Amino acid sequence: MMGRLPIAKMLAATVALAAAISAVMLSINWNGQEASTAAPEIDDLLNVMIVLSSLVFSLVMVMLFYALWKFKAKPGDESDGEPIHGNTKLEVAWTLIPTVIVLFAAGYSWKVLNDIEKTEGQPITVDVFSQQYAWSFGYPGKGNKYVEGELHVPVNRQVKFKMHSQDVIHSFWVPEWRVKKDNVPGITTTATVTPDRVGTYQLICTELCGFGHASMRAKVVVEPPAQFRKWVAGLKETVPPPYMESIRQDTEENPGQPVGAGGA
Amino acid sequence: MVAAIKQPGWIRGLLGAVAAAAFGVGLVVVLRAISGLEIWQTEQTGYPHVVVPLITGPLGFLAGFGCFDYWLRWAAGMPTIPEDHSQHGAKSWKDYFRFNTDHKVIGIQYICTTFFFFFVGGLMAMLIRAELAQPGDQIVNAATFNSLFSTHAVLMIFVFVIPVFAGIANYVLPLMIGAPDMAFPRLNALSFWMLPLAGLLFIGSFLAPGGAFDAGWTGYAPLSTGAPLGQSFFNLGVQFAGASSIATALNFLVTIITMRAPGMTFWRMPLLVWANLSTSLLVVAATPFVAGAQFMVLFDRVLGTQFFQFAGGGDVISYQHIFWFYSHPAVYIMMLPGFGIISEVISTHARKPIFGYRLMALALIGIVVLSYSVWAHHMFVAGMFSWLRVPMMITTLLIAVPTGIKIFSWLGTLYFGKIHTYSTAMLFALAFIVTFTIGGISGVMLGMVPLDIHVSDTYFIVAHIHFVLFGGSVFTIFAGIYHWFPKMTGRMYDEKLGRVHFWGTVAGTWGTFIPMHWIGMDGMPRRVADYAAQFGDWNLLISICAFFLGAVQLVFLYNMIVSWRFGPRAEANPWRANSIEWQVSSPPPVFNFPEIPRVVGGPYEFGVPGARHAIMPGESAEVAEPEPSVVGQT
Repeated sequence: MMGRLPIAKMLAATVALAAAISAVMLSINWNGQEASTAAPEIDDLLNVMIVLSSLVFSLVMVMLFYALWKFKAKPGDESDGEPIHGNTKLEVAWTLIPTVIVLFAAGYSWKVLNDIEKTEGQPITVDVFSQQYAWSFGYPGKGNKYVEGELHVPVNRQVKFKMHSQDVIHSFWVPEWRVKKDNVPGITTTATVTPDRVGTYQLICTELCGFGHASMRAKVVVEPPAQFRKWVAGLKETVPPPYMESIRQDTEENPGQPVGAGGA
Repeated sequence: MVAAIKQPGWIRGLLGAVAAAAFGVGLVVVLRAISGLEIWQTEQTGYPHVVVPLITGPLGFLAGFGCFDYWLRWAAGMPTIPEDHSQHGAKSWKDYFRFNTDHKVIGIQYICTTFFFFFVGGLMAMLIRAELAQPGDQIVNAATFNSLFSTHAVLMIFVFVIPVFAGIANYVLPLMIGAPDMAFPRLNALSFWMLPLAGLLFIGSFLAPGGAFDAGWTGYAPLSTGAPLGQSFFNLGVQFAGASSIATALNFLVTIITMRAPGMTFWRMPLLVWANLSTSLLVVAATPFVAGAQFMVLFDRVLGTQFFQFAGGGDVISYQHIFWFYSHPAVYIMMLPGFGIISEVISTHARKPIFGYRLMALALIGIVVLSYSVWAHHMFVAGMFSWLRVPMMITTLLIAVPTGIKIFSWLGTLYFGKIHTYSTAMLFALAFIVTFTIGGISGVMLGMVPLDIHVSDTYFIVAHIHFVLFGGSVFTIFAGIYHWFPKMTGRMYDEKLGRVHFWGTVAGTWGTFIPMHWIGMDGMPRRVADYAAQFGDWNLLISICAFFLGAVQLVFLYNMIVSWRFGPRAEANPWRANSIEWQVSSPPPVFNFPEIPRVVGGPYEFGVPGARHAIMPGESAEVAEPEPSVVGQT
C-alpha cells in the first residue's frame, strides 16, 4: 500500500512547508522584549516548539491535501474505496514517534523550568501585596520600606518575590520577565526572576479579580544597583501592620518542605 | 380547567413552580422566625429567600410537568398508568413542548434547546467583541463585561456543547445499535427537562441585584464566594445541568452495554458509540466534582461554611483542584463525541473502512484514563505544590499521543478512498482536522510549564480554547447536524447554503481566533474590558471577523429552519452509509424497527466484497450481490 504512494516526495513537501512556516515564524519576536535571564531560555524553548510544531502541522497538511487531490471521487463515481483496514507498522509509528516528541518536549521544559527557578548569588527579597485593585511592595532587607503602585528592583540581581493577597486571587505578571504567579489569600507564593535590562515595564494582574481587574497595574522600574539603593533609602513609609500580619500568618506554598528549602 | 390542573403539562408545571417557590420562601421565613433571626435580612446572609426558591421552584416545575408522575405513583403504591406509547413520535411542533419519552423526540428537543442557547451565548460574544473593538469602556461597563463573558462561557459549555452531543447521540445512538429506545426513557425525558431550567437560571441571573455572575465560568473562590447574588444562580444552574448530564450518561452506559442488537460485539460498534461510551465514563465520574465544588461555594455564601475562606481555616487553592478535576475531563466530554461524529462522516464520505479501527477505539479509552491525571496543568502558576507541575506536564503532553492517533487515522482513512466533498458535513469534518491540529499544538505548548507561565491567563488561552471548542467541538457539531439532518427531519438541507455557512465559518474562525494567539503572547491578559492601546488594531480586526462569524451562523439557522419545513424529501440513506440508522426510513418509524436487526459485521466495510453490517428485518440473510471489485489483499 505504502509502495503506491510517493512517500519521498510527500516527506520532501512536508520538510519544505515546515521550513517555510518556521522561517516566517522564527523571524517574529512573539513574546515581546526580553528583560530577564529567564526570557531567552523560554523563548528558545518556544522556538524549538515552533519548529517541531511546524513539522507536525505540515505533515498533517501534506497528508490531507495530497489525499484530497489524489483520491477525490470523480463526479458520478459511486464505487467504494479500497477496503484497507489499517497498517500495523504505520499505527505503531504514529504512536511511538509522537510519544518520543512529547517526551522530549517534557524533558526540555523540565530543564528550562529548573534553570529559571534556580537560586543565583545573593537574591534580594521583595514582598508583594495585592488587593482589589492595587499593588504595593515591601523591602524586608531594607527595614521593611514600603511603596504603593511602583516596584523598583536592581538590575542583574536575582529577586525573590514573596506574594500576599489581602482579598481574592490576583496574579503577578511582567511580560518582559516571562514570570507569572498567583497571589493567593492565606498562602505565601514565590516567584524568582533576574532582571537583566534596565528600563520601565508594567506589572499586570492576570487573574480575574473583579470589576477593576483590567486597570490593576503597577509601574516596574529596573535600575542600576546604586540608583536602586538611593531610591529605597528615600522611601518614607514602612509596611503597614495588616500587611505585616499577612506575612506572619500566610503559610508556605509548599508545605512539608522545611522553611527555606529550595535554596531560598 | 380542573382537568388541566390535574393533567401533567405546562399549566400544572407552572403552578407547581409557583407553589414550590412559595413553599421555599415560606420555609426560609419560618425557619428564621423560629431561630430568632431577623426575617428579611438579605445581603448579609446570601439571600436565602431567593436561593431556596431557586432550588424548590424548578423541582416543582419538573414535578408538575409530569417528570416524576410514574415513579411517584409507583412509590406511593398507587396504580401506575401504563405506557401506551400514544405519546411517541411528534406530529406537530407542539409535540416537542411536551413531556415525551421517545428518544427521537428528546433528541430533537435537546438539539433545538441547545442551539437556542448557542445563539443567546453567541449574541453575548458579539457584545463582548463590540466592547473590545477599541480600548477603553464604550458599550458596557467593566462589571457588566465580566458578567457577559462569564455567562457566554457558561451557556456555551453547560447548555450548548455538552448537551448538544447528548442530543445528537440521543437521536442516533439507539438506532445505530439497533435498540428500540434508550434504556430508561423516563429518566431520559427528565434529563432533558432539567436542561432548559439550567439555562434559564444562568440567563435569569441578569435580573439578580448586583447583576449576573461575574467570576468567570471557572468561578474561582474567594471571588465567587464574595460575589453578589447572581453567583448563586450559577451555583444552582450547574446542579441542574450536571444532574442532567450524569443521568444521560448513565442512560447511555446502560443502553450501550445492554441493548446492542444481537451480533453487535464491542468490536463491531460504530465509533460514535465508542465515543459516547467513553464520554459517559468521564461524565459519571467527573461531573459530581463540579457539582460538589459549586455546592461548597454556595454553602460558603449562604450557610457561612468556610470551605474556601482562608480566615476560617479553609483552603483557597483546593477549589481549583476540585473544579479542574471535573473541568479538565470536561474538555474531553466536549470533544470525544465529536471524534465519534468525525469518524462516521469521514469513513462514509471517503467510502473507506476506518483506518485502524481498534486503535481508534483504544485511543478513546486512553484519553479517558489520561484525562483524569492532567487537571493541575490549569494551575501551573496558581501557587499549588510546585512538585506537582512536572508529573502533570508529562501526563498532559502524553495525552497528545492518543489524540494524534485519531488525527492520523482519519487521514489514513482518506487514502485510496473515493472522497466525496458534496456534503457540508464532510467539509466540516475535513476542516476540523486542520483547526483541531492547531488547537492541539497550542495545547501541547500550554502543557509545557515554562511556556505556560508566560501565556497563562492571556489571550493565548482564549485563542487555544476557542480553537479546540469552536474550531474543534462546534465544527464536529455542525458536521453531525448536517450529516444526520436528513435522518432526523426526513428532508434534505440546501448544500449551497451549507457551503456558504462552511466557508464563512472557517474564514471567521481563523480571522477571529488566530490573532488572539499573538496578542496574548505579546502581553494582553484575558478577561479585561479595557486594554493597552498597542493591541487596538488587532482587536478591531478580531471584532470584525467575529461579527462576520456571528452573521454567517444566521445562514445556518435559515438553512435548517427552511429545509426542515420545505426541503426536498430525503431518502432513507442519502449518504450510502452502512450503519443501522441509515437502513430505516427518514425519519425513522416511531418504534425504530418492527423487529430488532441482526449485526453480522463491522460498521465500516466499504469496498469489501459482499460484506454487510446488519441484516434488517425482512431482509434475507443471504450475502448481498458481491461487488465487481478486484481489490486484493493489502
